Amino acid sequence: MSYKTLIGLEIHAELMTESKIFCKCSTEFGGDVNTHTCPICLGMPGTLPVLNKRVVEYGIRAGIAFNCDIAKRTKMDRKNYFYPDLVKGYQISQYDLPLCKDGAIKIETDQGEKEIGLIRIHIEEDTGKSIHSNDGGSLLDYNRSGVPLIEIVSQPDMNSPEEAKLFLEKLKATLQYIEVSDCKMEQGSLRCDVNINIIDEDTGNKTTVTELKNLNSFKSAVKAMEFEQKRHIGLLEQGKDTKRETRRWDESKSETILMRVKEDAADYRYFPEPDVVELDIEKDWVKKIKEDIPELPHVKRERFVKEYDIPSYDAEVLTSTKALADFYEETVKHTKDPKQVSNWIMTDILRRLKDEELEIDDIKFTAENLADLIKLVNGGKISNNIGKKVLRTMFEEGKDPNTIVKEKGLIQINDEDKLNEIIDGILAENEQSIIDYKNGKDRALGYLVGQVMKATKGKANPQKANQIIREKINNY
Amino acid sequence: MDFLKLTVHELRDKLRNGEITSEEIVKGYFDRLEKLEDKLDSFLTITKKEAIKEAKKIDERLKNGEKLGDLAGIPVAIKDNIVTKDIKTTCGSKILEDFIPPYNATIIEKLKSEGAIIIGKTNLDEFAMGSSTENSAYKVTKNPWDLTRVPGGSSGGSAAAVASGEVPYALGSETGGSVRQPASFCGLVGLKPTYGLISRYGLVAFASSFDQIGPFTKDVEDLAIVLNNIIGYDKMDTTSVEVEKKDYKNALKDDIKGLKIALPKEYFDEGINKEVKGKVLKAVKVLEDLGAKVDEVSLPHSDYGLATYYVLAPSEASSNLSRFDGIRYGSRVKDYDSLDELFIKTRSEGFGEEVKRRVMMGTYCLSSGYYDEYYNKAQKVRTLIKKDFDDIFKEYDVIISPTTPSLPFKIGERNDDPLAMYMSDILTVSVNIAGVPALSIPCGLIDGLPVGLQIIGKAFDEETIIKVAYNYEKNSDFILEPKMGGDINEL
Repeated sequence: MSYKTLIGLEIHAELMTESKIFCKCSTEFGGDVNTHTCPICLGMPGTLPVLNKRVVEYGIRAGIAFNCDIAKRTKMDRKNYFYPDLVKGYQISQYDLPLCKDGAIKIETDQGEKEIGLIRIHIEEDTGKSIHSNDGGSLLDYNRSGVPLIEIVSQPDMNSPEEAKLFLEKLKATLQYIEVSDCKMEQGSLRCDVNINIIDEDTGNKTTVTELKNLNSFKSAVKAMEFEQKRHIGLLEQGKDTKRETRRWDESKSETILMRVKEDAADYRYFPEPDVVELDIEKDWVKKIKEDIPELPHVKRERFVKEYDIPSYDAEVLTSTKALADFYEETVKHTKDPKQVSNWIMTDILRRLKDEELEIDDIKFTAENLADLIKLVNGGKISNNIGKKVLRTMFEEGKDPNTIVKEKGLIQINDEDKLNEIIDGILAENEQSIIDYKNGKDRALGYLVGQVMKATKGKANPQKANQIIREKINNY
Repeated sequence: MDFLKLTVHELRDKLRNGEITSEEIVKGYFDRLEKLEDKLDSFLTITKKEAIKEAKKIDERLKNGEKLGDLAGIPVAIKDNIVTKDIKTTCGSKILEDFIPPYNATIIEKLKSEGAIIIGKTNLDEFAMGSSTENSAYKVTKNPWDLTRVPGGSSGGSAAAVASGEVPYALGSETGGSVRQPASFCGLVGLKPTYGLISRYGLVAFASSFDQIGPFTKDVEDLAIVLNNIIGYDKMDTTSVEVEKKDYKNALKDDIKGLKIALPKEYFDEGINKEVKGKVLKAVKVLEDLGAKVDEVSLPHSDYGLATYYVLAPSEASSNLSRFDGIRYGSRVKDYDSLDELFIKTRSEGFGEEVKRRVMMGTYCLSSGYYDEYYNKAQKVRTLIKKDFDDIFKEYDVIISPTTPSLPFKIGERNDDPLAMYMSDILTVSVNIAGVPALSIPCGLIDGLPVGLQIIGKAFDEETIIKVAYNYEKNSDFILEPKMGGDINEL
């Protein structure tokens, strides 16, 4: 038996515009409830939407980044349904003339590069949020009402949860790169719905598509898809099928749970929004947006190799997200030592982030702090090993390295008189090692340096200690 | 003061030459209004205190020698579907019984900045859906010419208020004839401007692609004056259009020689009251005598106007009225067991019969499986109707017809027959479908009831229809004075 998984994704990304899609209210996340509102985004009678040009621009920018055809003529449509978080009883969205069509996102799979088709990208308004209180009542926060979104719909071109994950990562990185969305899933600025079903390639039988919602992270999306894969295969094997279902991922139970069965397709009674005039998208404007588009990942990667003279692999890793690339460049700006910065980030920093499942944005210190640390090491103020210790403290406490070094007294001992004094003491206690070294046991030197480091709690400059010990033994 | 007859321009002149103060004018109108309201029921809300306060301010400014605009210090009434800050705005509906908007419509801001004095909000068919003002959830407004008859609708409150001299001019709104039809029934000048000429921001939407605010005045000069002060592009309404600033008073001149008038045969067919037709043709003769050229023409898709309108307008309305769900403002039922029940009960109890009928028709027309057959097809017919007008206007300057097929009907007469009610808009809806401007001007009386002459123009060419109306008005010989029954007339 050979089963093929078909996965298509529907992504909603909030756009990083200053103001909402149809009014001047702020889009900022996390204000006091109902403070970023006005009669327009509250849908009060008589108010009218005025389309924010920036929203169209960002939508086009995404379309360009994903190789879409940009519409010459586009319009807004009304999607009608009742829900308390929907202020007008309809959402202003796009139906049959989306802003962008027919694009693709390339992902790197184990089998090589694969292209995932995009059906469309359209612009629309977000809804408010219901807050369900313990007494069974509901409260409403309309700060999010009218925040601009793009909806990106893929072809069902992904054949495994892993591919879907790669797609999502690439999509997120690109949207962040082109400064269209900050894609913070935890704040809801990136939301993802999955359509999944399985086809038995031997018989051609297939299951009905299931829609997965409430996926709060890429991880839970992958887990939910893996769960559904098994569930659908089970259905096929039992010769069963279901109606079109919407299911949600329950993290605590590690399973998907049925939300509703779609008997008929919901009828949203779409029709053209008469309050927003149709838009003719001028070629020159699209050209200008294309010219001004922030650097895309592959362009940045090439530039890093050229400009900073770092290996292609390092450049690839450093440009995997815009935040990481920005962090790298910012650190380089303060150190003028791109190779060292790359080494520090590629090893200690990324390892730590991976271990703790953090993103570069989550760390407590700044690029300038890292630059200061590298300068301390490069300038011989602290040893490389102390540097790594200081970095750990920076991770934990977020202090700048100069303060840490000062507070903990970690400045490297370079003073020869001081080192002479310490080494004399060590040599006096370790006569056997001196003899061993003279007899050709090189390891003995390492042991002696180690003793010096131990005595100074790692603060002695190891190269200098090494040199002094060697001189002293030779003169012994 | 003879408030029944006074026009805006006469009041303006009296104010400017110090004959009367704004406070005296406003108080005078309120005296009259308070006596008439029992009989007419034109108003839903009166703003007397605020109006007198504003009038005093205007008097102060005039005393200081300030030069003020034509509308300064003169009362105006506003149809209650135009949003007024801190003044209750009900749309004639129970669902907005206690709704006090925290913002002004753009047109209200414009009027206020010109010093116009708002004296109250007028009655209307609920959400402007109707042709008689009987669909108001609050009261039935009477026609000042005959208190047993309707004033027309949906802007019947504004029309009755101006016709009876409760206020010198008023704002109404049109979706399918709601200014022109009551203007015709009440013997007034009423204009439906080109779609996009006046900002819709703050006009509670009925059918967004049709809705326009329009004024009621006593004569054509007043119309030009009012229009000067309410038009213009508004960045809050992207369907409003940037037009060159015009002074419509320039259109008040005797010059219609060679003007080409089209009489569409479909607007004079057997469905039209013969006497009405006669009055209109007599008026056309007046214009012909002044040098205009008149031809009979055809608007071949006229027959589909009403059907097209009653698919598209309710479709838009069904969506526009969805926001009245009892969640954020307006009334909400007390008892409900679920969210659905909250919505259903609130809307079932909050909306009247006609509104519910149209919401259901519109919902049906937009439903999947019916969309192509109704909404989409009607959009195509809309294009054809527009083209009919475009074709005529390639050769003609204006189109003339009766405004309504019949005289004002009796209160209650058409309540049980929605179709008969809809028929009263048959000569006006196509203008809204095409988006072109049209006005109604009185052209005589039949059995003491006024008849309206409709003059339709090219898009954004309000000047020409004003010019034609002005020429007719100057050369017509009847006196417009509603015989409101002995006691009212004595006031």
